[in-house]
Amino acid sequence: MNGRTAVLNKLRAALGVARDDEARTQAVAWRLAETPTGVVPARGRLPEKDRVALFCEKARQVSASVERVASIDDVPGAVSAYLRARNLPASVRMGTDARLKAMPWQTAGSLKVEPGPAGPQDEAGVSFAFAGIAETGTVLLYSGEANPTTVNFLPEHHIVAVDASDIAGDLEAALSAIRQAFGKGTMPRTLNLITGPSRSADIEQTLLLGAHGPRALHLIVIDGS
Amino acid sequence: MQESRRVGLFVTCLVDLFRPSVGFASVKLLEDAGYEVEVPMAQTCCGQPAYNSGDRADTADIARVTIETFEEYDFIVAPSGSCAGMLKKHYPSLFKGDPQWETRAAAFSEKVYELVSFLVDVAGVESVAATHRGTVTYHDSCSGLRELGIARQPRKLLGTVAGLKLEEMKDPDVCCGFGGTFCVKYPEISNKMVEEKTANIRASSAGTLLAGDLGCLMNMAGKLRREEADIKVRHVAEVLAGMDEGPAIGRERG
Amino acid sequence: MQITSPAFKENARGALADPQLQRALGHVRSGFIDKRKVAVDALPEFDALRESARAIKDHTLTHLDLYLEAYERKVEEAGGRVHWAETAEDARAIILDICRASGARTVTKGKSMITEEIGLNAFLEKEGIRPVETDLGEYIIQLRNEHPSHIIAPAVHLNRDQVETDFRHAHTHLPEERDLSEPVALLGEAREVLRSQFLAADVGITGANFLVAETGSSVIVTNEGNGDLTQTLPKVHVVVASIEKVVPTLEDLSQILRLLARSATGQEMSVYTTLSTGSRRPNDPDGPEEYHVVLIDNGRSAMLGTEFQEMLRCIRCGACMNHCPVYHAVGGHAYGWVYPGPMGAVLTPALAGLDKAGHLPNASTFCGRCEAVCPMKIPLPKMMRHWREREFERALNPAVDRYGIKVWAMFARRPRLYRLATSLAMPALALVGRRKGAFRRLPLASGWTQYRDLPAPEGRTFMQQWRDRSVSGGAEI
Repeated sequence: MNGRTAVLNKLRAALGVARDDEARTQAVAWRLAETPTGVVPARGRLPEKDRVALFCEKARQVSASVERVASIDDVPGAVSAYLRARNLPASVRMGTDARLKAMPWQTAGSLKVEPGPAGPQDEAGVSFAFAGIAETGTVLLYSGEANPTTVNFLPEHHIVAVDASDIAGDLEAALSAIRQAFGKGTMPRTLNLITGPSRSADIEQTLLLGAHGPRALHLIVIDGS
Repeated sequence: MQESRRVGLFVTCLVDLFRPSVGFASVKLLEDAGYEVEVPMAQTCCGQPAYNSGDRADTADIARVTIETFEEYDFIVAPSGSCAGMLKKHYPSLFKGDPQWETRAAAFSEKVYELVSFLVDVAGVESVAATHRGTVTYHDSCSGLRELGIARQPRKLLGTVAGLKLEEMKDPDVCCGFGGTFCVKYPEISNKMVEEKTANIRASSAGTLLAGDLGCLMNMAGKLRREEADIKVRHVAEVLAGMDEGPAIGRERG
Repeated sequence: MQITSPAFKENARGALADPQLQRALGHVRSGFIDKRKVAVDALPEFDALRESARAIKDHTLTHLDLYLEAYERKVEEAGGRVHWAETAEDARAIILDICRASGARTVTKGKSMITEEIGLNAFLEKEGIRPVETDLGEYIIQLRNEHPSHIIAPAVHLNRDQVETDFRHAHTHLPEERDLSEPVALLGEAREVLRSQFLAADVGITGANFLVAETGSSVIVTNEGNGDLTQTLPKVHVVVASIEKVVPTLEDLSQILRLLARSATGQEMSVYTTLSTGSRRPNDPDGPEEYHVVLIDNGRSAMLGTEFQEMLRCIRCGACMNHCPVYHAVGGHAYGWVYPGPMGAVLTPALAGLDKAGHLPNASTFCGRCEAVCPMKIPLPKMMRHWREREFERALNPAVDRYGIKVWAMFARRPRLYRLATSLAMPALALVGRRKGAFRRLPLASGWTQYRDLPAPEGRTFMQQWRDRSVSGGAEI
């Protein structure tokens, strides 16, 4: 008997149920199909303007830096200024996201854009978030050519652009947007929910920023699109 | 219609054996609140030592005796959160599936209360006529706090004792390390816990420690005495009843 | 790993006498409790979420076979493979096969308690494969050849200076005169050292906080980012998860995520919550080419349908141990196996045997703080009591304890006899203790009097006095 059959048989014996119990099968099918919503905190249920403000506040609370720009055309300048202010090389790693590509990077002085997935030598990476989540100041990114997962983790500085209109009030709303984009029951290979820069408190419970992931997370909220 | 006012006092074994004055203080507080108090002679212990040692059969036997003895009363009141919790929260679970006793236990448990929460929540007592000159600190015993939600009631009544100042210690809701048989089965761990507790008690600068459970009180009093700390330890009922003239727990007479 | 739970008492004594450990345990008390409280108080729906999460898990557990099958289908649709392991031994063999098939020499690991439970590291080493723990705390204890003492803060039993010593010992390629006096320097050094390991690893092994049946996703919740590097950079990603980790839908996941970080570290969300579903897609520029999930039973199915079923709701947040005064006193290693604290006191007897772990459910005052903070509302004290009942039934506890309880119960069941005995004994005891009010030493009570005085009884019992008061001239029983 293989492991699969053995484990499943043990479970059914422990539960005292038969493999083909119709009511159980239906209960499971119903839940997976209907995906009932549970308790959603009131906190995120806000009009867009307040929702974006809550997102910024929550992100700052978890040590992300946040700036708001009026349009998508302002992003390259903001990235460039961020790097300059921290004495970082004028170079960023970036995927092929159409929204990123459409930005006027040539206007941002000598900023060099390195395409493709990140490597260990990259100091700064730029991503465009699929969504933001106001209740916790979280950005949501998924894997692929547009925004490679390595960009989220290898560079020391992770700069994430997020469209204000993509900021959801709560986690359920953001995940249901993923469901809409990919189809029910289908997921991108990796979905990252990122809430602040990496950290560890493993030594004497002292919280320190910059563990294995980025030391800094900079969010650029694009207001007017 | 006559209001039901008959209280059966469940004295608890520790009060019966070690500190009868808490029993008399309880009677006074209940009588002052307008209740008729009776103390049935056929009571012993709530059964926790057996229950917490995994001896379910003996616990159920003891529970049956207690239920038979007390079920005629309108209320069953105990000056202990731990024993009242046993009677109220755990007795019914002993008789799950027993057609006769499950119902009897449930009806019994409905009527069980810890003394101070009974006074405040059921009897509606707003204040007590007692005086206590000095600063006290109050330890929340675990069962009373977490099984029965007792925290606000003793503080409310202590607030009405003339001359009394309540100074909260750090972590009043953390266990003192008594735990019934735990304190003798794992004495080193229990000692560490009560050391933390007495350090907090001493740091509160209160002259008197109060709590609602004699087991915890004997543990803390015993430790404070071993540490030669000049802090008196009493059951909260003694102060609320104005019966705090006698020697404190573990202290010499006179 | 070698289980030392039978020596719990000796372990505890050692822990209490260890000043380094006692200093470190202070960080548990200061590091977790207040932060959790702030986060919980800031979310008015927290208790409603606990109820919701409990219902989700209860439903899932009673349909566990079906959700696991649904989950498996989705993983396979996404190009992953699911392996089923009845026992720890089966799981180790499956993981070894995967490593061998990819010619692995080095595997990086994200933090995972289940791989501790199945003793994976020692096994891989024996088979010539080098496991590298990448979570900072896990890395530190791997250097020390120790096991985690806490399920979310594995090195919480150590102080900074001990870590400095370990790093100087292990990282001999770095200049001796470097300054490691600040924790941040230690963190930076671990980051540098482990970067090359991430890039060199052939296989990345992570645990899973959750498995989502609706989508076939495995979910890890971390703060450091090491778990993500572990599962993104090597060409093979192996998820090792016990069967009770499954939740039905993304909505259900959302409910429990809100509880997890708040209960564990007092964060509203951990930094990285990552859902992984299958292997690298056609146009993916990064990510693993192979994605395996090893589903492990190892004793869980035997808890289902018993009084211990509710323990399978546990999401391993650590709140119970963070709030446990016994854990605060002795730390995690004293418990002697993988899972310490209240959750370990319930889980260890189930997974490692009551005959070995009997002390753990006994070493509790039933103070109830664990249950009060458990996000999944697991009645931990109740289940510890159930273990004591099983111990009593099977006569596994010490004979002297059993005999003592039986004798005492014999009196407690018979009020008249009890009355008679106590009305003789207590006044006598009171007489002896009258002068000082307490006993410094007393025969048969050394467990008590070793560390504290025993307050003397006041005199005659309450019942004797009450009888006199109410029956004028009445004689005693």
